[in-house]
Amino acid sequence: MIEVKNICKSFNGKSILNDINIVFEKGKTNLIIGESGSGKTVLMKTMVGLFTADSGDIIYEGKNFNKLNFDDRKEIRKEIGMLFQGGALFDSLTVEENVMFPLSMFTNMTLAEQRDRADFCLTRVNLQTAHKLYPAEISGGMKKRVAIARAISMNPKYLFCDEPNSGLDPKTSILIDNLIYELTSELNITTIVITHDMNSVMEIGDNISFLYKGQINWQGHRDEVMRTNSEELNNFVYASEFMKKLKQRLTHHGD
Amino acid sequence: MNWFFHIGRYYIMMSRVFSKPEKWSIYRKQFIKEIDNLGLGSLGIVVIISIFMGAVITIQSAFGFESPWIPLYAVGVASRDSIVLEFSPTIVSLILAGKVGSSIASEIGTMRVTEQIDALEIMGINSKAYLILPKIAAAVFINPFLIVISMFLALLGGLTAGLMTGAVTPYEFIYGIQYDFRPFNVTYALIKTLFFAFIITSVSAYHGYYTQGGSLEVGKSSTNAVVYSSIVILLFNFILTQILLS
Repeated sequence: MIEVKNICKSFNGKSILNDINIVFEKGKTNLIIGESGSGKTVLMKTMVGLFTADSGDIIYEGKNFNKLNFDDRKEIRKEIGMLFQGGALFDSLTVEENVMFPLSMFTNMTLAEQRDRADFCLTRVNLQTAHKLYPAEISGGMKKRVAIARAISMNPKYLFCDEPNSGLDPKTSILIDNLIYELTSELNITTIVITHDMNSVMEIGDNISFLYKGQINWQGHRDEVMRTNSEELNNFVYASEFMKKLKQRLTHHGD
Repeated sequence: MNWFFHIGRYYIMMSRVFSKPEKWSIYRKQFIKEIDNLGLGSLGIVVIISIFMGAVITIQSAFGFESPWIPLYAVGVASRDSIVLEFSPTIVSLILAGKVGSSIASEIGTMRVTEQIDALEIMGINSKAYLILPKIAAAVFINPFLIVISMFLALLGGLTAGLMTGAVTPYEFIYGIQYDFRPFNVTYALIKTLFFAFIITSVSAYHGYYTQGGSLEVGKSSTNAVVYSSIVILLFNFILTQILLS
């Protein structure tokens, strides 16, 4: 479980996050949704320590991340797996070497054991044939899957995903979403996903936090998101003509 | 004020670069990779430039010494001192600042803008040490060899040019480069080389590491890396010469 308490963050005097309070539950897929520029990525990067919060606390299983020293933070970071928007795979390493990288850095596994583990993780994300390819030689969807394989290679307690299906076709997006959802319950980890894809919201959103202009505007489950009274969330959910028509039809049918 | 900010941030970065590595074996592998990348990868340009510059220095010296009162071996003496004291350690280092410096800044800068550095940090890896320390260590280790090779080839280029143009005989040239030879001059050149290798890698890495934005900014960082490492090399060339030769 991760608790975010009263987090504020500003850049050059401009407030980006304003008094954010969220609890991210273990074994659940916790979604942060919101418009572009609402502060989602800043919140995630603040949670993992890539940005320093102006005030507030981020508590990982009782440990206040913001009050830890560099070495103690490193220990928590070893329990974090993160999937970046662009994958952030290391260009100079093959797919297999990318997945093996954290293992070679932090474990005493032999090369054969590292290879076995990498193979297991790559098989888990349905990527058995790309071991020796470089990131430049694989598609966007494959890159995301390699990034997931790398993120889970160290058996993380926490999985952070920054727009995991951005730039992917709908079919691959659903594959990635399902993979994240399955891994969350399978490994019993705390997963936090940033997205503005409504398909993802409806597919995997156990807990949803809607961020609007740097503040939490709404929190709930995916079953509640379509019936919310929040005007801002409604504007976000029903932004497209298709969704507006769908809402009219649902209202018309009284459902 | 801006200068103070950069010096302060450079100092903080370097304090992290020289912290204990997560795993020595990984750093050792990186070190060997960087020797190949930064050292052996620069050998070609060092060879070509050294031979031709050595030849030009010799012809220019011979041109300047066209007097019956100056013995011909003085061409060898002047070429040797120009090459050992200044050309090989300083000019070759400036050229390496262009080649190696821009490569380091663009490599690290690209890693920054594609979030690869963030990925390292999230894994709990000290990204500054992992990315920069092997480069500094490799350059400090390999550059003195490059400079010694440069000195040798530049003198060989001078000898060949003297022979081909008839400006100085091989005997006079070889006598000249041995005449009143001071071994400390080579030590001085190698000390300068160590400092310059450190400056090239650390200043370039600094510009790459703190790149913000996209590909345009990576290009700017690469240019800044070359400009600032060249300026710092020239500054330290003056300081070290003053300290070591005065």
